[in-house]
Amino acid sequence: MAEAVTLSVTGLAVARGGVPVLEGLSFALPSGKALILRGPNGAGKTTLLRTLAGLQLALAGSLSLAPESLTYAAHADGIKAVLTVSENLSFWAAVHGTQEVAAAMAAMNLTALADRRAAHLSAGQKRRLGLARLLVTGRPVWLLDEPTVSLDAASVTLFAGVLRGHLAAGGSAVIATHIDLGLPEAAVLDLTPFKARAPQDGGAKGAFDEAFS
Amino acid sequence: MLALLTRDLRLAFRAGGGFGLGLAFFLLVAVLVPLGVGPEGAVLARIAPGILWVGALLACLLSLDRLFALDVEDGSLDLLATAPMPLEVVVALKALAHWLVTGLPLTLAAPVLGLLLFLPEAGYPWLVAALALGTPALSVIGAFGAALTVGVKRGGLLLSLLVLPLYVPTLIFGAEAVKRGAAALDGTTPLVLMAGITLGAVALLPFAAAAAIRINLR
Repeated sequence: MAEAVTLSVTGLAVARGGVPVLEGLSFALPSGKALILRGPNGAGKTTLLRTLAGLQLALAGSLSLAPESLTYAAHADGIKAVLTVSENLSFWAAVHGTQEVAAAMAAMNLTALADRRAAHLSAGQKRRLGLARLLVTGRPVWLLDEPTVSLDAASVTLFAGVLRGHLAAGGSAVIATHIDLGLPEAAVLDLTPFKARAPQDGGAKGAFDEAFS
Repeated sequence: MLALLTRDLRLAFRAGGGFGLGLAFFLLVAVLVPLGVGPEGAVLARIAPGILWVGALLACLLSLDRLFALDVEDGSLDLLATAPMPLEVVVALKALAHWLVTGLPLTLAAPVLGLLLFLPEAGYPWLVAALALGTPALSVIGAFGAALTVGVKRGGLLLSLLVLPLYVPTLIFGAEAVKRGAAALDGTTPLVLMAGITLGAVALLPFAAAAAIRINLR
C-alpha cells in the first residue's frame, strides 16, 4: 500500500437492471479514510459498490481510480468449498501476485484452520476467510458490502482492527453496513438524497440496450 | 496465471469435481452401441468413427455447464473479473483446464474403445490425431456457450442447444478424417480443415466469451 490514492467520484449515476437507482453522487475518499454508506434496503449500496469495482457501467459521471486499485468483497466470498483455507487464500494471492497468505490468516484468526476444507467452516469462519482475501489482494481501496454478516462480536472487533490497520497503512475503504463497526472516525454518506428521479421528472434514463453500450 | 489452471484442475480432481465423468460416459456409449447395433464387425467398423466422435462431443458437453456456473454461484467470477488477470485469459485457462480434464483423457482412451467398435487398424493414428486436434475446439466453443448462459439458472439444457450445432463442423471433419484413415485413404484434408477450425476457435472465442461474461455479470 505504498501509493497514496484518492478515490473521487463526480456526478455518478448508477443503475440496476436498467433502472437508475442513484444519481448526482459525488464524494472524495483520501487514503487513510473510510466511508460508510447508509441507506435503507434497495437504496443502491450494492449497485454503487459494484459500479465502483468496475463490474458494471455507470450511467453518468466519472471515477478517479481505475478498477485495478479497488477490490470488492460481496455477500458471496468466492470460496471454493473443496479447497482448504490456505489453498483458497494462496489462489487469490497468486492471482494478485502477492505473498501475504500467512499474515492474512493470522490477521483474521484463521491460522488454526489453515488445513481445514472450506466446506467444513462455519458461516462466520467462511466470512473471515472471505475478508482475509482482501488482505492478500494488496489493493489500496476496499469496497465492502455488509462485511460483518454472520460475524460474532469478537470477529467484528477483529475485523475493525484489521480495517484500522489497512487505513493506517494508507489504504481506504467504502463500506456498506447497517451495524456499527466501531470506526468513529469514518465518514458517513447517506444515500437517500441521491435517489434517482423518475425519468419523467428529468432523471437519467436507463439505456434499454445498456448491455451493448 | 498458472494458479487458476492448477486451482481448476485441483477442483476437478477433488471429490465431486467431475473428473472421469466424461470419460466414463464415453466408455458407456462405446460399450452400449455394439449391444444395440449387434456384434457384426463390418457394420460396427463402418459406424465406429461417427460413434466415437458423437460420444466425444456428448462427453465434452457433460461438464460444460459447471465451467462458469460454479464460479458465479460462489462469487469467484466477480472477483476474477476484478482481478489483475484479463477475463479473456480466465476464459482461455478455464477452457484449457476443461480440455485437460475431458478432451485429453478422451483422446487417450479412444483407441481402446476403437477396439470395441472394430475400428480398422489403419484408423487408429487418425482417430487419435483427429481427437487431439478437435477436442480443444470442443472445449473452447463450449466455454463460449457456458459464458453466454452464465446468468441463466439451470442453463445446462440451453447450453447444449446452443453448443451442439456449433460442434457440427468439427464433428464432420473429425469423423471424415477417421473414416478415410480407416479405409486406408489419406485423411489429411479433413484433418487440416478441422485443425483450422480449432485454431480459429481458440484464437477468437475467448474474446467473445469474456464479453458475454462481462455483460452477464452486470
